Amino acid sequence: MAIIPIESQKTAQIRFTLNGEEVDVAFAPYKTLLEVLREDLGHTGTKHGCELGECGACAVLLDGKPVLSCLVLALECDGRQVLTVEGLGEDAKLHPLQDAFADLGAAQCGYCTPGILVTAKALLDGNPHPSRDQIREALSGNLCRCTGYLQIFEAVEAAMVKIAERGEEAKQIPQRLA
Amino acid sequence: MMRLPLFEFRAPKTVEEATRILDGEGPKAMPLAGGTDLLPNMKRRQQVPKTLMSLRHIQELNRVELSDSSSRLGACLTLSEIAADPRFRNGLTALAQAASFVATPQIRNMATLGGNLCLDTRCNYYDQNYEWRKSIGFCLKKDGDTCWVAPGSSKCLAVSSTDTAPALMALGARVRLVSHSGEREVPLTELYQNDGIHYIKREPNELLTQVLLGSLHGWKSTYWKLRRRGSFDFPVLSVAAAARISQNGVVEDASIVVGSTACLPLVAMEASKSLVGRPLNQESIAEAASLAARIAKPLDNTDFDMTWRKRVTAEFVTYALRDLRGDDMRGQRLLLTRHPSNV
Amino acid sequence: MSDQKDSSVKPAQDSAANGEALRVIGVPRRRVDGRAKVTGQTRFADDIFLPRMAHCKLLRSPHPHARIRKIDASRALAHPGVYLVLTGKDLPIQYGILPVSQDEQALCVDRVRHVGDPVAAVIAREELTAFEALDLLDVDYEILPTISDPEEALVTPEPRIHEYGEEGNIHKLVALEFGNVEEGFAEADEIFEDTFFYQGNTHLPIEQHAAVAIKDPDGKLTIWSSTQTPHYVHRALAKVLEMPAAHIRVIATPNGGGFGGKSDPFNHEIAVAKAALLLDRPVKICLTREEVFYCHRGRHPVLMKFKTGVKKDGTITGMHLQTLIDGGAYGSYGVASTYYAGALQTTTYHIPRYRYEGCRTFTNKPPCGPKRGHGTPQPRFGQEVQLDKIAEKLQIDPAVLRLRILESPNAVTANFLRLGTVNLAECIQRVVRVSDWKEKFRKLPDGRGVGHACSAYLTGAGLPIYWNKMPHSGVQLKFDRGGGVAIFCGATEIGQGSDDVLAAIVAEVLGIEPFDVRLFTGDTDLGPVDLGSYSSRVTLMAGNAALQAAERGKALLAEAVALKLEVPKERLRFAGKRVFDFAAPEKGVSFAEAICLAEARFGTIGTVGSYTPPKSPALYKGGGVGPSPTYSYSAAVVEVEVDPTTGWVIVPRVWIAHDIGRALNPTLVRGQVEGSVYMGLGEALMEEQEFRRLPKRLSHALVHKFPSMLEYKSPTSLDMPEVITELIEEPDPRGPFGAKEVGQGPLLPIMPAVANAVYDAVGVRIDEVPITPEKILKALAAKKAGREPRFGPDHFPHVNWPEALRVPPPWEGGDGNAVNDIPHRSKPRAEKEKVFTP
Repeated sequence: MAIIPIESQKTAQIRFTLNGEEVDVAFAPYKTLLEVLREDLGHTGTKHGCELGECGACAVLLDGKPVLSCLVLALECDGRQVLTVEGLGEDAKLHPLQDAFADLGAAQCGYCTPGILVTAKALLDGNPHPSRDQIREALSGNLCRCTGYLQIFEAVEAAMVKIAERGEEAKQIPQRLA
Repeated sequence: MMRLPLFEFRAPKTVEEATRILDGEGPKAMPLAGGTDLLPNMKRRQQVPKTLMSLRHIQELNRVELSDSSSRLGACLTLSEIAADPRFRNGLTALAQAASFVATPQIRNMATLGGNLCLDTRCNYYDQNYEWRKSIGFCLKKDGDTCWVAPGSSKCLAVSSTDTAPALMALGARVRLVSHSGEREVPLTELYQNDGIHYIKREPNELLTQVLLGSLHGWKSTYWKLRRRGSFDFPVLSVAAAARISQNGVVEDASIVVGSTACLPLVAMEASKSLVGRPLNQESIAEAASLAARIAKPLDNTDFDMTWRKRVTAEFVTYALRDLRGDDMRGQRLLLTRHPSNV
Repeated sequence: MSDQKDSSVKPAQDSAANGEALRVIGVPRRRVDGRAKVTGQTRFADDIFLPRMAHCKLLRSPHPHARIRKIDASRALAHPGVYLVLTGKDLPIQYGILPVSQDEQALCVDRVRHVGDPVAAVIAREELTAFEALDLLDVDYEILPTISDPEEALVTPEPRIHEYGEEGNIHKLVALEFGNVEEGFAEADEIFEDTFFYQGNTHLPIEQHAAVAIKDPDGKLTIWSSTQTPHYVHRALAKVLEMPAAHIRVIATPNGGGFGGKSDPFNHEIAVAKAALLLDRPVKICLTREEVFYCHRGRHPVLMKFKTGVKKDGTITGMHLQTLIDGGAYGSYGVASTYYAGALQTTTYHIPRYRYEGCRTFTNKPPCGPKRGHGTPQPRFGQEVQLDKIAEKLQIDPAVLRLRILESPNAVTANFLRLGTVNLAECIQRVVRVSDWKEKFRKLPDGRGVGHACSAYLTGAGLPIYWNKMPHSGVQLKFDRGGGVAIFCGATEIGQGSDDVLAAIVAEVLGIEPFDVRLFTGDTDLGPVDLGSYSSRVTLMAGNAALQAAERGKALLAEAVALKLEVPKERLRFAGKRVFDFAAPEKGVSFAEAICLAEARFGTIGTVGSYTPPKSPALYKGGGVGPSPTYSYSAAVVEVEVDPTTGWVIVPRVWIAHDIGRALNPTLVRGQVEGSVYMGLGEALMEEQEFRRLPKRLSHALVHKFPSMLEYKSPTSLDMPEVITELIEEPDPRGPFGAKEVGQGPLLPIMPAVANAVYDAVGVRIDEVPITPEKILKALAAKKAGREPRFGPDHFPHVNWPEALRVPPPWEGGDGNAVNDIPHRSKPRAEKEKVFTP
């Protein structure tokens, strides 16, 4: 194994949209998106359990799709959209998934939670009424050692109902104003 | 935390540019598609390319053309795209199923068809971290001179672990390989060889750009994957089966491919031929399954006891054939794969 | 006990002692740390980034057993970016979790004992630099022969893996006899002898171990670590670094899962602490997943031989259990584990005469230690599967049989464990009812089956790890004029909800909301000692301490408010953030005002509470392992489907009833039950910590077969079945608001229930864990060939058991002491460990 001292490396730089805001970041080019998020951008909400794509803890949304940030080169993220757990809330309120997870026991140690939250968000964005089986399949790339998954499924279903209710409320507003 | 080694990075915009880079750099450059196999291998120092060449910006690698008479699939189609595309049905069902079972949803969003076809062979002794491999004394496939699966073997016995290749082989697919000096089309059945190290006849300066399929009109296909859990795991055994069946239920043509039992997916020639001219009934299925199982010689290089994997192969082949016959195999599939599978 | 007895257990009264309705306890609530977890703001150890922070990587032994001749660090030190290299000579003092096995060194000095044993530490500016520099360390090893399993250890006394222990490579021998077991067998109508094997497995927390150490501005050492036991880490650091404990601060960051894998003081914690002191800069380490497999401290592989005598009606007349335990390369909790493997058999069914022999050996593999259930799941598997075989032979329904022979509440068992509430009957009846057991057992079509099993578990170890007379848990409360209350306690949040338990108890007593409470937990500087999150102790012990502190605070406030309102203090109620006269509720003050009144009257208000478990009647040597203030009970029915052609097995459904005393927060309780069932299924079906030995003539390697999350199989969302949870709540006065444990108990019955279900489905016994398709198919083949329809171990090797310590059980007039005074093999207590004095 040839060893090139990393001290001699130049830094790379990218500009991308993180949780809705444009950021510029300089980093050591060998870094994955996971490492840049945590170490160079201070966003430690995204976790890591293996760094090899074997647990799902590091999931983030890249251009709206759940991916494993430990296997994405930061260099490949220039100009793209990244959503992490820190960006789930809106207007200073928690996302219905976050509320449901907190209320219904879907987070115990909380370590797998960020990866599951963003993956569940992508599921509901694409399919507002997934069946239990579809939820199971969507989360089949996220390992949890604490919950046994069942309260997680229920939390996703509860969030699904909440989002639908909000959608109904939003639809009714124009009528009320009329 | 495990970290990547240093590398140089290139991001060509055309196939032409990409092949020029590969030509110039030689084997020290590796194309990077989804990275879901290459990056873990790099972190474990199994593969340490000097240059990573991203394929992400090459538009033509993402094109899909599907028609009754022929299909062209760009190598950078993600496995999610294939699994979700409603056009991959009937003859192409095996491919959609194979793609939908790979790894996990997040990995499927990143992993590509080309990457899965070129997937590195795997082994209990090879897919390990650098320090682990150093402590056993390295293996034949990487930095050592002993195959730990069978110390007497002079050949590497790492196992083929791709899901899409058996499916596409059963469908008679070809691939296009492009290099700086030209291009060639190779039937997928001729792309692989039975060697754990030199498992694919793709030169380091060649890029796999397309998968080509002929007419699959009248064909049905299916893909079955055996693994311990419902997700994450590579196949320990797989069967792709495709058949063209006449109106009165007689098999006109058939192709059975057994995966993950050798360094390459194995075409079960005799088993396939045994079905032609017969209906898919209990006898013909049992005979084909028995013939197909004969070619499977699993070794102690993956999960599950190897004698057990051998024992269940015939039964497993019958699942695929019964599926082709039109039996309702959803219960069996759920039992085995845990996927309700809407594919 | 009639098996027709209907459940007479009423659901837990929703009231406190004074008849007032409970407002917080028993209510399904968002846990107090829930919001932080779902927003990604919980700060785990690896989330800590400090200015000038350096990174540490450990060089680990590539050999399973070797002598270290020489280490040359010159090339590594010359590598750009490397700040420091530490080797064993920098940290030679031995430590270990148990006083009797202080056999570890932070960095091995002259010997490595398993692949993965740390040898050196490199600290550099970047983690990648430190990793690269590992390859620049030149270590000269002299390879030694290896021992790969206990049977080999028994016959290979040399070379010794450790220079201490019983003899050769036998670490610990235990022999205890409670009543004459041969007499018991003579009384029996039938004798059953069965051998079982339980493979090792590991915790696999999603969060890898991580620690950050710093020399703080004052010059004292602070270390954040993902640990379940900051107090024990604190002690180890003081010992190894030769520093006063008062100058060391250990902060247990919330664990991303522990399950017992983060309960030892670890090499990496000591290494970064030392490096931080030498460099005067923060030093961080985060282990790779593979390194977590080498830390291990997981479930001991155990070979068991059960000999049980029963009467025709199922009554047990005697039981003799022998265990052979694979300890791995170090002691860890192993001595305790060896005792645990024999301790709890008597807590579920009445066993009048009991003999236990246990043997733990060293082997050249990562050390085993406590994993959820700590030493008890293995023998519970054997006991429950054997009971299933007994039931079949006696032609009694397995649930009916168990109901006949249950132990009684408040009983003292043959091995002098004093039980608390025992609602195992209710658990069995409930789970039989909800699962339709009677319609399914032995009645389902071929390939489908149901299995039943029960278990018990401690609610906190009755004795501390190091012998002392101090409380096991302490809580300090600060009452703020603004109406807030702060809880200071050493208890550690590992996901089980310990923070929520503390906040809920305090809030309930004081009539405020959990949101009004602030928590400072797991910090050895801020809070009184809590021994740690292990043995399911926190709810009961820290909870009782919090209860006491809160009641004391309430009394002070009540006195001051009573004076102000001119009302007898007995009429005061604390609810809705007010303190008021219950006869005239509008007459009252706010909680904040109550504090101000109390402060004006008494001075600054702060209270403490502490908890020490009651003395155990088990006075014999070894009787320190097993006692607990009370025990939880669980009963499970598991349904399986087995494909007889392939042996493929799945579990579609699990019913489980748990005797919990009281569910403090039903949402979290359900999570613990389901999480325990999940982990039990993982162990039952797929989890294996297995090792590979290469052909000796080619290599001396003895390596973990697959130290990765991909190949160490843990169930995914697709593999998890439906779980129907039933809680049995008869408050146990020993627990806060009657609560008993729930974090470990529900795991135990799952594995034997799966095995029993497989037998019901296809008629073969898998007397081993995990229960895999390969084994089922082999057993089916044996059945077809007319051989015994079974897969499992067929022999138990010869062990030179020592003379058993004879302890007459209570009903033979025993007083908890042994009647034969066997000279101790090890040194007397005073020399065994230095009780820590600051």
